[in-house]
Parts: sequence; structure tokens; C-alpha cells
Amino acid sequence: MNNLLTARSLMGLTLAFHIIFAAVGVSLPLMMTVAEWRWLRTNDPAYLLLAKRWAKGTAILFAVGGVSGTVLSFELGLLWPRFMEHAGAVIGMPFSLEGFAFFTEAIFLGIYLYGWDRVPGSMHLASGAIVAISGASSVVFVTFANAWMNTPTGFDLVQGRFVNIRPFAAMLSPAAAPEALHMVLAAYTAAGFAAAGIHGWLLLRRGRNRFDEVAIAIALSIGGVAVLAQSVSGDALGRMVGTYQPMKLASFEGQFHTEKGAPLRIGGLPYPDKRETKYALEIPHGLSLLASHRMNSIVEGLDQEPQADWPNVRMVHISFQIMVGCGSLLSAFTLVAAWLAWKRRPLTIHKTFLKTLVLLSPLGFLALEAGWMVTELGRQPWVIYKIMRTSEAVTSTAHLDVTLFALTVVYFVLGITVIWLLSRHVIQSPKQQELEAS
Amino acid sequence: MHAEILLSIAMLSALVLYSLLGGADYGAGFLDLTCSGPRKEQQRAVIARAIQPVWETNHVWLILVVVLMFSGFPAAFSAIGARLPGLLLFVLLGIILRGSAFVFRAYFAGDAQTQLYWGRVFSISSSLTPFFLGIVIGAISNGSVAVNASRPASLLRVAWLQFFPLSVGLLSLSLFAYLAATYLAVEASDRELQDDFRRRALISGGVSVLAAILTYLLAGSSAPGIREGLASSTLSGAAELAAVFAAYFAFRNLFLRRYRQARVAAAAQVGLIVIGWAGAQFPYLLRPDLTMFNSAAPANVLWDLLMACGAGGLVLFPSLYLLFRVFKGRRETTSGMEST
Repeated sequence: MNNLLTARSLMGLTLAFHIIFAAVGVSLPLMMTVAEWRWLRTNDPAYLLLAKRWAKGTAILFAVGGVSGTVLSFELGLLWPRFMEHAGAVIGMPFSLEGFAFFTEAIFLGIYLYGWDRVPGSMHLASGAIVAISGASSVVFVTFANAWMNTPTGFDLVQGRFVNIRPFAAMLSPAAAPEALHMVLAAYTAAGFAAAGIHGWLLLRRGRNRFDEVAIAIALSIGGVAVLAQSVSGDALGRMVGTYQPMKLASFEGQFHTEKGAPLRIGGLPYPDKRETKYALEIPHGLSLLASHRMNSIVEGLDQEPQADWPNVRMVHISFQIMVGCGSLLSAFTLVAAWLAWKRRPLTIHKTFLKTLVLLSPLGFLALEAGWMVTELGRQPWVIYKIMRTSEAVTSTAHLDVTLFALTVVYFVLGITVIWLLSRHVIQSPKQQELEAS
Repeated sequence: MHAEILLSIAMLSALVLYSLLGGADYGAGFLDLTCSGPRKEQQRAVIARAIQPVWETNHVWLILVVVLMFSGFPAAFSAIGARLPGLLLFVLLGIILRGSAFVFRAYFAGDAQTQLYWGRVFSISSSLTPFFLGIVIGAISNGSVAVNASRPASLLRVAWLQFFPLSVGLLSLSLFAYLAATYLAVEASDRELQDDFRRRALISGGVSVLAAILTYLLAGSSAPGIREGLASSTLSGAAELAAVFAAYFAFRNLFLRRYRQARVAAAAQVGLIVIGWAGAQFPYLLRPDLTMFNSAAPANVLWDLLMACGAGGLVLFPSLYLLFRVFKGRRETTSGMEST
């Protein structure tokens, strides 16, 4: 493997691993805080037990997320020294602020996890809320840095160097707000549905019980609201990409030719050499409508750029379809669940409902990973869109594959161990005494 | 004052706090390896209880140093990544394994065998990480390690495998173990456990003095720049002299079993050693060529970063105070002592 491919694989591996822990680290604190708040309001012991269980899950996942995040901060220098040398000054601001957000998260998580009988109840609840808020802020700041790579602003480019740098303008690039919102909602969607699915599966296994029912209620509310909001944020993000990165949008959609009133393609397989996307279900004028909210607007196709500068259109298109497909399924499920709840049907006695929930529950994480592929692969061959190529940023260090091998092994072991631990702690059936004692 | 200097001071402060807090967590992990005798399990429990609520917070100081470096001194940051890749890989593996293994051990409760296994991973990686972090400090202080423009860096090249960086590694590990043992003597609940940690503090403190002398001697032949800095910088000289006094008070108080005073003195000693190193390293970030002036981002960027640090600090320091008040406050330890 050449260095570029090895470095990209390494970065991709670390991010794909870290993003799961980061997403859970953001949403599980919200869920545990809501559970604790419900306990304080209702005195129902099932909520307290749930808050404690989810707190254990947060403790495990936050620790692994923290260390894999540290790896990422070092990898920026180890793998992409040229990128950091030039861009470090421009995008350092969100990373520095993220450092402080991470501090706050770690401090109040410590107080939350180990301070049950050391701080007053209201301060304990507030600590949980601060963990949730600072976790979401961390996601926002880190995504700001990624947004800048897509829509670089806040500097003047003079002879290939960044001058007249304005760190806050760079941090708030055009992609910043829509991308960060999309990422935060994705985290809530992914973890909300995953948690609801796990408790749905347990409910099927051990029969009706208050513990799993309240867990599903909280997790599904958070995941459901997030996935419905995601359609609005996705629309905003799509239009932003259409405005600032038209070639990226074209590769999402497999749009090879510039077209007036372009159709929206559902599914399908792009053939870059033939310059067409086959087997797609085409909705006339759909893409024009989505990209600019006008029926007959012109959508630029990949033909505006030399083929050498295209991303891997097939991979990007497929990832995009997976992301949108998963999001749509989860939205439809949420609407049905909301309708059933509105009709005051107790959802959890329906076996079909629970089975569907279990079946759909991994899709949030699938959409999260696919969405990350969309934004990263879709930006290629650029590391800083239209300014620096990924191949120009990579390190020349020899034997990079040693790192790739070592980290793959380590992450594999950690991943297995975490799943094993979660199954022991979060999933394990609550004992009756435990419910009564708490 | 120059923004470069101010931001370097912010980074140095974070590094000092990382050594005093995060360093002690590593040291405690190393001490976990030395737990023995009839009170072995109690020793382990004191260590786990001491670091559990705070280690993740303490670890963020390192992340802060890294992000401030790549934001404020991007050329130096990318040069360290490009010149010391293999060494940083070891640091990273240590960081990953220490953190993960620590929570894994805590949450595999009820499965003694697995806990023992992850406990071993935790304590070994806790010992190796500060050793490698020390080697990084040694390597960036020693021009001959980092730069060899004729050959591209390789993960498999171990230019840092020289006596000087290795002695800095040993110095860091022994200082962190000494700090940890001193802190743990305060937090231990009974006299016997306190004596266990006191003994470890005296031994590791003694080793650190030897390692410091060795490092100074080796610097004469292999890291002349830093040696010269130590001799000529006023800040460095004053800090190292004060460190000697602090060490004297720390040992004296350890000897007299006045652990609270010993804790303050030992922390001052280690902090002063780091400050002394920084004074000798000034103005270099990465010897022999990258200084805080020639690798800095434009001044307006540095001022913005300083502003961000100020704003972040307004949130951070009250929160930190709360954390340490809740978990390290006098209440807990005194009540522990009364119960014996």
C-alpha cells in the first residue's frame, strides 16, 4: 500500500471507531439525565436504576472515546503533517475550544458517576445535564473543523500560503452550522434507536417489565425527535453542499451531466466511465427541487470537472443512498410509533412493534457511518476543498503500515471487550431486589 | 509581551498541571504493579479509588497541550509528528491501553481472572506511557535525535534510543511514581497503608534524584543545548534551586509522616523541575531548529487562542475546583483517619 492509502485507511479506521463512542458519549448522558429527572419527579425506582445503568454505559464508552479521540489529535500530525503545518493555525480554534468542552464533560462526568452520595441531588442532576451539553458542544466544535475543510474561509491565499487568518471566521464557515447540527442529530438518532432496540429485544425476551418500557420511552423519544429533525437539517446541508460544493452534490446523486430540472435518483449504481447512473428510480425534477427549492433549476454535473478530480462516485453515491434510506425508514417508524402513542395504544405490548424496533435499531449507526463516508469520500481528492489535495498533505514516513496493523489489532480487541462489558452491565436483566433497593 | 511567549506559558502551565495530576495517575498505575504483601488488595483499592473520578479530567491537560501546539505552533507540531513517528506510536498505544484497561478492570467486577488480566495491562501501560513521554521530552530537547534530513523518517527508526532520552524517560517515570506515592499516603485510610506508600515515595523519590543527576551528566555530552540552557537561564537556575529545596522539604515531611505538607512540597518540586526544563529549552520547541518564534502562527491567531484559553479557563477552573473539592476534599480523608 502506498502512504496515501495507508494514511487514509488509518484515519478512516480511527474515525469510524471513534465516531461510535463519541456519538454514544453525547447521547447517553442526555438519556441518563432524563431518566434521573423522571426519577426525581416520579420516585419510580425503574428510572433510577435506568439512570445508573446508562451511567455505567457512559463511563465505559466515554473512556474509550476519550482515548481514541486522543489518538486522532496525534494522528493529525503523524499522518498529515503538511496539512497541519498550513492549516493548523486556521482551524486550531475549534479544536482548542473542543479541548475545554472535553474538560467540562470529563469533570462533570466524574462528579456524576462517583458523586451519587457526595453531592446534593439537584447538583447531581445538573452535572448530568452539563455532561450532555458539553458533549454536544464537543461534537459541534470538532464538526466545525471538518466543515472548514469542506468550505474553507477565514484567510487569504497568497502563493499557496494562508495569510490574514481570521480564526473565528474560519470556524464559522458556511458548512459549519448545517454540518454540526446534522452531526449532533445523527448522534442522538444513532444512540437513541440503538438503546431502544436493545431494550426492545430484552422486553421480547423477558416479558413486560417497567424497566425496559421506560427505557424504550426515553430512548425512542430522543431518537425519534432527532431523526425527524434530521430531514430538515439534511435539507439545509444538501442546499449548502449544492451552493459551495456542487461537484460533491453531483457525486452524492450520481449526476454526471449538467441538467436543468434534474431528477432525484433513488438507488442505482453509477458507472463513471460510461458517465451514467443505471437502475435508479428517478423522480423527475426531484434533485433540482431539493438542491434549490425550484423545479427547473440547473444542477451542475460531474462533467464540469476533469474525471481525475472526481471522488469515488460509486462509493459516495452508495453511501449517500444508505444514509438517506436508513434515515427514511427510521422516520417512517417514528411517525407510526407517534401515531400509535397518540391513539394511546401501549406500544410495548405489540410484538410486531417491538420486533420492527429491534430490526431497525442498528440503522441509526449505519446511517452515521455512511454519512461520515459521504462527507469524507465526497470531498476527495481534496483535504481542503479546492485548496490542498489529500496527496499533498500526507506524511512521507516509511513503514506506516506498522501503525495501521497495530491500531487495527488494538481497536479490534477494544471493540470486542466493550461489547462484552456492555452486555454484562447495561443489558443484564435487573434483579427484583435491585429494583426494590433503588 | 509577545503572544508567542504568552501562549507558550499557557502550554507550559498545562504541561505542569498534566505532570502533577495526569502524571500522578500514571505513577499510581505503576505503583499498582508494586502492590504486594498482606495489604496488596487494600493498596490496589486506594489507588483505584484515588484515580477513578479524576483521571479522565487529568488526561485532558495533555490534549490541551497538543491542540494549543498545533494551533499556535503548527510548524513545530507537524515536525514532531514527522520526525518522531515511532516514538509517538508507543505513547499512543500506552494512552489507549491505560485508559481502556482501567475502566475494563473496574467493570469486570465479579470476574477475578479477567480483572487480574486487565489490571496487568493497566499497570504496565501506566508505567510505559510516562517513560515514553519522558523520551519525547528528551528527544525534543536534544537536537541530534530529531533531525536527519538526509533520510526520511521511518516508524522503525529508533534514533531516540540514546542514553539521554532514556534517562529523561526514567526520570519522568520515577518522578510520577514519587508524586503518586506521596499523594496516596495522604489518601490512604490507615497508618499501615500510609507507611506502604511512604516507603514507595521515599524509594521512587531517591531513584528520581539519581535519574536527575544522570540526566544532567548525560546532557553534557549528548544534549549540550539543554545543558547550556540549564546553566545560563536565570529562570532555569532559580527553578532548579527551588526544586532542590522543595525536594528537601518533601523528603523531610515524608520522613516525619507529615503527608499533607509532603504532598505540597513534592508537587512543587516536580512542577519546578518542569519549569526549569522549559527555561533551559527556551526559546526552542523542537531542537535544533524550531523555536516558538519561527514556528508560530500569525500573532492575531495567537491572541485569539489566548482569548479562547481565557474564556475556557473561566469555565474550567471553577469546575476543577468543584471536582477536587468533592473527591479530594479534607472531609473524606480526615474521616478515614479518624475511623482507624
